[in-house]
Amino acid sequence: MFTIAEHTQETPSIKTIRFKETLSATPAQFVMVWVPGVDEFPMSASYTGHGFGITYQILGDGTRALASKEVGDRIGIRGPYGNGFVLHGSRVLVVAGGAGMAALGPFIEEAAAKGAAVDVVIGARTAEEILFEKRSMLAGGRIHISTDDGTKGLKGFATELASSLLDKERYDCMYACGPERMIVGLLKLATEKGIPIQASLERLMKCGIGICDSCALDGKHVCKDGPVFSETDLRAMAELGKTKLDHAGRKVPI
Amino acid sequence: MTHLGVEICGLKLKNPTMLASGVLDETGRSMLEVACAGAGAVVTKSVGAQPRHGHPSPCIVELQDGLLNAMGLPNPGIDIYAAEILEAKMGGVPVIGSIFGGDEREIADLASKMQVTGVDAVELNLSCPHAKGYGAEIGSTPELVESVCKHAKRACSIPVFAKLTPNTSSISSLAQAAERGGADAIVAINTLKGMAISPVAKMPILGNKVGGLSGPAIRPVGVRSVYEIFEAVKIPVIGVGGISCGYDALEYIMAGAVAVQIGTGVWSEGVGVFGKVCREIMQFMDENGYSDISEMVGVAHPARP
Repeated sequence: MFTIAEHTQETPSIKTIRFKETLSATPAQFVMVWVPGVDEFPMSASYTGHGFGITYQILGDGTRALASKEVGDRIGIRGPYGNGFVLHGSRVLVVAGGAGMAALGPFIEEAAAKGAAVDVVIGARTAEEILFEKRSMLAGGRIHISTDDGTKGLKGFATELASSLLDKERYDCMYACGPERMIVGLLKLATEKGIPIQASLERLMKCGIGICDSCALDGKHVCKDGPVFSETDLRAMAELGKTKLDHAGRKVPI
Repeated sequence: MTHLGVEICGLKLKNPTMLASGVLDETGRSMLEVACAGAGAVVTKSVGAQPRHGHPSPCIVELQDGLLNAMGLPNPGIDIYAAEILEAKMGGVPVIGSIFGGDEREIADLASKMQVTGVDAVELNLSCPHAKGYGAEIGSTPELVESVCKHAKRACSIPVFAKLTPNTSSISSLAQAAERGGADAIVAINTLKGMAISPVAKMPILGNKVGGLSGPAIRPVGVRSVYEIFEAVKIPVIGVGGISCGYDALEYIMAGAVAVQIGTGVWSEGVGVFGKVCREIMQFMDENGYSDISEMVGVAHPARP
């Protein structure tokens, strides 16, 4: 069990927990978070190494229970699991939708520290829901903002902002995490521009270790083969942006 | 020339390794991937009459020598499962449909519907240790096992395998009951009933509290079970429990198994485990002068008269 060292509000719906324990993870790798007596669910590492942390949106019973935990409380952490983002080239475009920024925050820091020029597109519903803007800026990223309601930056979607950047600049690789319709849009852009893309996907996950088949996506498993997939895999996924499995393993529309 | 092919109740397997029920087998596409990775046959996740969400998480505890799981039989229900079977069949290896039900009537109905999906055989889950009203709860007495097998056999015309629980004082009595009921083969063993507690949280870790232990830790129990069953029945035995290398499979084969199933081995070794086990069996056969798997089945027993 890990002990909570800090629990902070990032936005009205997103919180970050930093732990006393150290856990090294590659950006986009995830841990299974157990809130005793409530639920267990996957969360990507938003801070890795010393002061390991997770950043989560409050969506259901599990994250609501997590949000009520206080400094000193202990919760179960197993992992890290899955693969992670791999820096490719020296000029990259990072595109985050909503809480998807949680997995990208540590990647932006890593890429910038390795000397890459990082353009960061942060898409959010509204201005106060923008995550890790300051953190990305401090890391050296060039920030571009879009909001659905136009309260900050471009009024519109992150894909539109990414599209205009791609028209102006040449990138070695694109990195994405966020709603699946955004990833589908970015995959299309990457294909048109002929650049590679790495996208972190999300599915219902039960075991987290590649055996239970609940996160299956066209024969791939988000927990073990992913969560990061590259363009070749993404293009081969007939279910991407269309269907996902529910708790009973039924394919349901996204 | 070393020959790895085996035949079980008319099912022709290119090698003796099968994917065990419960692992990478909810979707047809995943079963297809496992077939392509080298499994000689695949068994589906246990399917029931209705869609079922399974137990609350946590569903898995990773242990040093195995896994403790309480998935709780999640499945999309038999009525929409044919699409998954169709996709799994594209792997070109036999597909065995695992079913679970609460009584003889339900299991008979499921066996009949499972046959219609196009599977090559039906496996009766009489052994899940953590689903109330199902699995081991209807597979723990010889009377029920015999009756369930009889009803399933009557309801379909493809081979019926009975997967038995080791959580009993005499698994060979259950095997004999399955044989009396008309089962065509025995699959042994399912997981051992267990629990893990977090001292810090002061509670069982699994959402269902109780789960099933699998992996290397249970292999001696599985091997012993197969050894006893082999002496108690005439129908073929399929061994399962803690197999992740050729020597593990050979233990089961020499105890009397005609084939083996691998589940938790996929966790430790990935889907390459099937090819690996086959290569290691073949190497052993080459080094020890065996040319056919059948020459090794049950050789750990004193010669039968």
